[in-house]
Amino acid sequence: MRITCPYCGERDRREFYYRGAAVDLDRPAPDAGPDAWDDFVYLRDNPAGETRDLWYHEGGCGAWIVVTRNTLTHEVSATEPASGGKR
Amino acid sequence: MYVDKLIAQTLCDGLLPLTIGTVSVTEVDPGAIHAVSAFQGQAKSLSEAMKAAHGMALPAPNRATGKSGARAVWFGPGQVMLIGSTPDPLLSAHAAVVDQSDAWAVVRLEGDGAEDVLARLVPVDLRPQQFKRGHTARTLLFHMTASITRVGEKAFQIMVFRSMATSLVHDLQRAMEGVAARG
Amino acid sequence: MRVADRGLIDRGTPVEFSFDGIRYSGFQGDTLASALLANGVRLMGRSFKYHRPRGVLTAGSEEPNALVTIGRGAAQDPNVRATMQEIYPGLEARSQNRWPSLNFDVMAVNDLAAPFLGAGFYYKTFMWPRSFWENLYEPMIRRAAGLGALSGQANADTYESAYAFCDLLVIGAGPAGLMAALTAGRAGADVILADESNQMGGRLLAETLEVDGKPGHVWVDEVLAELRAMENVRLMTRTAVAGAYDQGTFAALERVMHHTGDRPAGAPLETYWRIAARRSVLAAGALERPVAFRNNDRPGIMTAGAVRAYLNRWGVAAGRSVTIFGNTDDIHRTARDLLAAGVHVAAVIDSRHDGPVSTDYPVLRGAQVCGTSGRKGLESITVRRASGEERIQTDCLAMTGGWNPSVHLTCHMNGRPTWRRDIAAFVPTPGAVPGMRTAGACNGAFSTAACLREGISAATEALGDLGLKASKPAPPQAEDQPCEIAQLWGVPGKGRAWLDFQNDVTVKDVKQAATENFRSVEHMKRYTTQGMATDQGKNSNVAALAILADATGRAIPETGTTTFRPPYSPIAIAALGAGAEGAGFKPQRLTTSHKASVARGAPMVEAGLWYRPSYFPQPGETTWRQSCDREVQMVRTAVGVCDVSTLGKIDIQGRDAAQFLDFVYTNTFSTLKVGRVRYGLMLREDGFVMDDGTTARLGDSHFLMTTTTAAAGDVMKHLEFVRQGLRPDWDVSLVSVTEQWAQFAVAGPKSREVLNGLLDTPLDDAAWPFMACGPVSVLGVPGRLFRISFSGEHAYEIALPARYGASLFDILTRQAEALGGGLYGMEALNVLRIEKGFITHAEIHGRTTAFDIGMGRMVSQKKDCIGKTMSERPGLEEPGRERLVGLKPIGESRQLLAGAHLYNEEDAPVRTNDQGYVTSVCYSPTLGSMLGLAFLADGPDRHGEIVKMVDHLRGVTTLCEVTDPVFFDPEGERVRG
Repeated sequence: MRITCPYCGERDRREFYYRGAAVDLDRPAPDAGPDAWDDFVYLRDNPAGETRDLWYHEGGCGAWIVVTRNTLTHEVSATEPASGGKR
Repeated sequence: MYVDKLIAQTLCDGLLPLTIGTVSVTEVDPGAIHAVSAFQGQAKSLSEAMKAAHGMALPAPNRATGKSGARAVWFGPGQVMLIGSTPDPLLSAHAAVVDQSDAWAVVRLEGDGAEDVLARLVPVDLRPQQFKRGHTARTLLFHMTASITRVGEKAFQIMVFRSMATSLVHDLQRAMEGVAARG
Repeated sequence: MRVADRGLIDRGTPVEFSFDGIRYSGFQGDTLASALLANGVRLMGRSFKYHRPRGVLTAGSEEPNALVTIGRGAAQDPNVRATMQEIYPGLEARSQNRWPSLNFDVMAVNDLAAPFLGAGFYYKTFMWPRSFWENLYEPMIRRAAGLGALSGQANADTYESAYAFCDLLVIGAGPAGLMAALTAGRAGADVILADESNQMGGRLLAETLEVDGKPGHVWVDEVLAELRAMENVRLMTRTAVAGAYDQGTFAALERVMHHTGDRPAGAPLETYWRIAARRSVLAAGALERPVAFRNNDRPGIMTAGAVRAYLNRWGVAAGRSVTIFGNTDDIHRTARDLLAAGVHVAAVIDSRHDGPVSTDYPVLRGAQVCGTSGRKGLESITVRRASGEERIQTDCLAMTGGWNPSVHLTCHMNGRPTWRRDIAAFVPTPGAVPGMRTAGACNGAFSTAACLREGISAATEALGDLGLKASKPAPPQAEDQPCEIAQLWGVPGKGRAWLDFQNDVTVKDVKQAATENFRSVEHMKRYTTQGMATDQGKNSNVAALAILADATGRAIPETGTTTFRPPYSPIAIAALGAGAEGAGFKPQRLTTSHKASVARGAPMVEAGLWYRPSYFPQPGETTWRQSCDREVQMVRTAVGVCDVSTLGKIDIQGRDAAQFLDFVYTNTFSTLKVGRVRYGLMLREDGFVMDDGTTARLGDSHFLMTTTTAAAGDVMKHLEFVRQGLRPDWDVSLVSVTEQWAQFAVAGPKSREVLNGLLDTPLDDAAWPFMACGPVSVLGVPGRLFRISFSGEHAYEIALPARYGASLFDILTRQAEALGGGLYGMEALNVLRIEKGFITHAEIHGRTTAFDIGMGRMVSQKKDCIGKTMSERPGLEEPGRERLVGLKPIGESRQLLAGAHLYNEEDAPVRTNDQGYVTSVCYSPTLGSMLGLAFLADGPDRHGEIVKMVDHLRGVTTLCEVTDPVFFDPEGERVRG
């Protein structure tokens, strides 16, 4: 598997650490209530199709990356910095 | 009581230089190394300050600017490593400047087949048509995170964490032996 | 038998080798199989289950029968295919799975027991008693059945892994692959052409076909010469592309040194390549299908293509009087080649009624081979025709049931091949592997001209994707015969007709599976073990599927398909793990004091990737406890020095640095004064403790965080996630400075005295109170000093740039020793911290909260932080939770054990009565007792109570008093004194 780091270009999967769904970026407000927090921390979709997840270019530039890929075809359709380019 | 004196030690002491076949690896004393990370929104002014003080702009991603003795190597989003010259104090107005002079083992891998040696360790295409002089990559060298920069037609600068110097030499040696044995 | 004037071997270079101890001679260019056949050796192996005598079936990597062991001792290499092993002077090969010899194999008795050993026999025969499985049945089966054996010694060979990159990877260098590489190479693409054989050319080396009016191999040489001259083309021979993976990643195994006995030191036996290709062309060719008829497995029976390959490529006649049986015109091609070489053709048996005839040799049309004889080598065959049966003397039968396109790699990403009725074969489904095109025989194009054409067009399409222009070459002239095939899978009749030669699966087994309702092809395969040998069904899966289809009254596409997983051909684990053995397993991180510690005899322990000294033995000390006790007492009464450089150190700067720390720590850092240090606790977002450590404020917007050694990487990753992912607008920079600084703890009542021996400005309590930090000058070198303590003693950590680490360690050691102190290691460090009730990852193991470890009040109520909301969930703050306490033994047993569980004194030690568990224990020389840290239900409310510690594994029960976790100096007077 190969992933395109938005900074370094296409790299072998071994340079990356996998975290999980990109939902982790949408941190609720402290007072959002138990359901919102339960969703955020524990509940994840398991889509047959497109998914967005977080990878860390640990063996590379250290960027956190949002990877959009398809769990059926394994196609990676987009990668973007988790910072939204603000770093 | 005796008088103590602190002695600075090189880290590849006794391990390098090493030549196998046509490729050699030597320890480099790069001089000062500083991580320079632009403050929020300061990348442009930092680049100007760098140019004024050190004669080189901030390198773009995957690139190194300057030359031996004073080089700026891209190290990650928003971060460069200034190698060889002591950073001008004015840079601190635009960036976090952190001394890394002792944090890295820096070696030079050189010779015919240096790319073949690295192809045994590094999952990035480092052949000259793809990875030219002034190109740099943050990547893996076998199991270690590394910074690899082409510094000559047949020469690479390799940086890994200082504590891993022994493993760096071990892995390079094995790869060099494999390449040399093929003839 | 060697044939004159045939073959591409070097007859000027004879090569001596041995097989089962007998010396033979072949020529440079021979494989072990071709050289043995040239020497008249037909018997090369024994089958897996029935120990049937077997000879070579094929001439390629799909060989199921002729597996041999090469070499001896640690270098012994089992299950090497004789068809792929090139001979070299001194090559030593041995047959396998036989005893005492290949010629006389005692286990051949299995063959007589065959009626009891059919499909699924072990599911039925060895049902009971259950206990017999492990002790009797399994060892028995394992001894009776099998392949070659490993040496049992550490592998002495060197293996290598490597990366390669290209625009276009061409897999297979037959006519299609060569044309694809040529087309792409001429267009300037960066090309890798890989072929598993030692010589490129594919079937053009094995046939007498012409291309552009030249003999095939001459044309191959010309193309290769042109490709070799191109800088943008890389030719990889002896390289089997074994797997296709996501985003154009391929695995390939190069056999680097198998073909020579002259192996320089350090030379890899094999290289495992990982190839990243933007596009690929699969031109893997096709594999010939054997036909299933009674006793079709005798030595001397082989595929027709193999017979031609041995003749045309290696100059070997596979027999003196050859018979040929099949269902395509290949039978006539085989006959013509043999006749032209002067080999007698006894008969050609065509299963078709309407095939061509010949005046040069007898042709029996509408006929089938229905039996054979000759136990260790073919002697005769029986042919059945409408008119009756006839016996024909022959020592070699060339058979063909048509060809199976090598679709294997197109299945590796879940692609399923498509059945093509016209050629009676499965072909790749387009798009099965993104970026891959298929060309030539692997695509079902069996004529030479079609292969050449498809090679050109596949490459041209790939070049289009790559944005390169192809000057499309005109396809060379070659034969373009259509494929005329009549399906021929098995010949009806009694007896055993082999499908999977290696696993001894017969037509009867497949039919039996169908009868017993294993009608799905996947079930049938598992029930019969069809396709599960090292050839992975390359020779037999399609035929087995056809037999199953017939047995269940379905058409082939209805019955199912056959798919293949990586690797295409076997890969040794040693190649997959190349370089990662021994010191290459993982990087070793060594501190600047490593050499000095080892020189002092300190055993090293691993902490993450780091190596740290366990203890420093002194003369006369015979156990670690003696050293540890002394080191603890030394710190408590004088001074000790310990390398703490391995703790993670992160430099944090920026306008929002303080706010950032407030967000990642439970407690507040924005209020910390410059020049001071504070202990901090970090949670995961689910509210459980992640890590702890101290953070120093070096400047207004400049902090230095320390993490535990083991969690340093994870903490950095976490901080970067928060910085980039959650708070990208904040001005914060993070740089790991773990490696920059050599840092040493100097702990004990005389610590200040030690430091004043080397600091350029002496310390005093007023300027350097507990938790102070700041810059210092150490013998003229600028460094940092922190007055922090992990021992409860008056202590400091001193840091200098790492280049001075070894020297500083040396000086500190001597200074400390002069004051009655010295070095201490991890064991003593652990005792010192347990005496003080300080936690490590033994306590913050991922299931404990700040509340559990008695630090609930450290979660600030004035601000948000990572993990705060979830840590306030009701269940996480209940007093009844298992919470941190100290334990002291009070009964007869004085032993405490980490991992043991706690029970009320009167309760039975069973799970339902569990009250908690022990996380850390030590013997405290300071207090003269074992001490433990534990998590106990309602713990802090039970100080003074008695609980029972039970270690069920080691059979230890100890009564303990529950105490405060801080055993020593609870007021903290020493650390401030």
